[in-house]
Amino acid sequence: MSSVNRTIVSPLQLSSRWGRRIYWATVVFMVVLFTAVFVFPLYWMVTGALKSGEEFAKVPPTYFPSSFNFQSYKDAWNLMNLDRYLVNTIYYAGGAWAFSLGFDVAAAYALSKLRPVFGNVVLFMMLSTLMIPPLVILLPAYLTIKDVPIVHLDLQNSPWALWLPAVANGFSIFLLKRFFDSIPTDLLEAAQLDGASAFRILWSIILPISRPILGVVSIFTVVAVWKDYAWPLITLSDPDKMTISVGLVHSSANMPQTTLTAGLVIASVPTILVFFLFQRHIMAGLTAGSLKG
Amino acid sequence: MTVLQKNDFRPVPEVVERKPRKGGRKVRDNLTAYGFLSGALICFALFSWYPMIREIILSFQENNFVDPPVWVGTQNYTDVFQDSAFAPAWKNTAMFTLLALLCGYIIPFVIALVLNELRHARGYLRFVVYLPVMLPPAVSVLLFKWFYDPGPGLFNQILDLFHLPTLAWLDSTDTALISLVIVSTWMNLGSGTLIYLAALQSVPPELYEAAELDGAGIFRRIWHVTIPQTRLILLVMLLIQIIATMQVFIEPMLLTGGGPEDATVSVVYLMYQYAFNFGNYGGGSALGVMLMLVLLVFSAAYLRISREEK
Repeated sequence: MSSVNRTIVSPLQLSSRWGRRIYWATVVFMVVLFTAVFVFPLYWMVTGALKSGEEFAKVPPTYFPSSFNFQSYKDAWNLMNLDRYLVNTIYYAGGAWAFSLGFDVAAAYALSKLRPVFGNVVLFMMLSTLMIPPLVILLPAYLTIKDVPIVHLDLQNSPWALWLPAVANGFSIFLLKRFFDSIPTDLLEAAQLDGASAFRILWSIILPISRPILGVVSIFTVVAVWKDYAWPLITLSDPDKMTISVGLVHSSANMPQTTLTAGLVIASVPTILVFFLFQRHIMAGLTAGSLKG
Repeated sequence: MTVLQKNDFRPVPEVVERKPRKGGRKVRDNLTAYGFLSGALICFALFSWYPMIREIILSFQENNFVDPPVWVGTQNYTDVFQDSAFAPAWKNTAMFTLLALLCGYIIPFVIALVLNELRHARGYLRFVVYLPVMLPPAVSVLLFKWFYDPGPGLFNQILDLFHLPTLAWLDSTDTALISLVIVSTWMNLGSGTLIYLAALQSVPPELYEAAELDGAGIFRRIWHVTIPQTRLILLVMLLIQIIATMQVFIEPMLLTGGGPEDATVSVVYLMYQYAFNFGNYGGGSALGVMLMLVLLVFSAAYLRISREEK
């Protein structure tokens, strides 16, 4: 038993009198430190926006609002167009999710199980995009949106400007292909002998057993759309089309700091909520992507 | 993210040997497979592969997208090179990367080491450290902008509370860059910590026992067992961190606008300004190509190391 949980510090050292003292001191220290560094700023944000204008500017500040004042939250919601931005972002994230899952699952399936000629070259090219971060090719990628090659469409201020680039994600391809590789081929060959088409095999055999990885990829895709700033800033510049991150900055210009702070709280609620709900998946996905292999 | 490991490109040996098929069938199978691939292929081509090539082409052209483009040789590069913001941009990016590595690479590892020893409050600590990662970066950055406010801002209030001299934070050339590093570290620390934590859990306990029997103290156990055992993940994270921090953009964009006196202008921010403030896509692309080359050096080094590993 002891060797199962064994880490750097030995259980013997831990169970000694001083070991226990140091251990508990470390636990308390870490809890206090982490709360101060990671939770307190959020507390300051939420309560700051509850303060009245005068209390907000007071020096030294009050640590707890003397009375709850929801006016800033109301102002942020009404004056900063947050409802519009939130609806936009949900729409963009939903579309990005559907397209990237549809196309990337199909592609990873083809690369893992159908194995066409030059499949490995395609895989290499897709994975090597991970070495070139999207910001480095921001300008030429924007030019693609402005005037899509061959078909000459202008996708600026259209949801396609976020939906299609979301598909070109080497990390999703990597995670999905890796998972599909672990599905035994004999299972699929049996279905093939029964005359199942490639699509049918993907739909009825692969997808049902791939739920965990599909969950991970879904969350990452949606959160990425929610968090992105530079790309929606240049491709969706019409104030009616902005995402929450871009819109927040856009409409913060002439706002009092209390209202802006309330806006920050409102903008962070959705992702924090996602984190509360899918904490396990997110953490599992984080380590799955980086550790295996 | 150990994406470019050799193994990934080796075909998985098939369990059942395929029977030789007629040519027609084979072509049809390939067509089906490329049918499945087509959506992703088009998107990758439009938004990753073509832009990479096009950036190189644009960097040698003068192009206003109305008249036909003119080839100007290395003119864009020399122009960018002579820009007074060019040297500061690279210096700041290098400095930012270095400082962000010092904070954002070492601190998460130390935190993970400590967390891995704890048997209590671990769920809470893990949750809390990842919380800022879930916030949209625009929110974190604007939040810290308010904290940095030299008057009623939180940071100066805290300094004041402890009777320490207050700082000008973003307004001074001395502290502006480090202020950006602090925000960046705060909002990105969590992912590294959790990845290291998972890596630490895979270290075989017998090794620690053996080291202890050999009389190794705690620090020697870390140095001789933990670090060698997690070497690969440490290496991968180093590369990921470098690639991520070299493209610092949102912090200078929203906090300082590159100021004061170019103290926080970064390469990507300068590139953005070239294209979207001055309409100079040639110059912007030249900067993009330079950054691509630098990142390529790191990627090549990483590939080399991970190959030697095997």
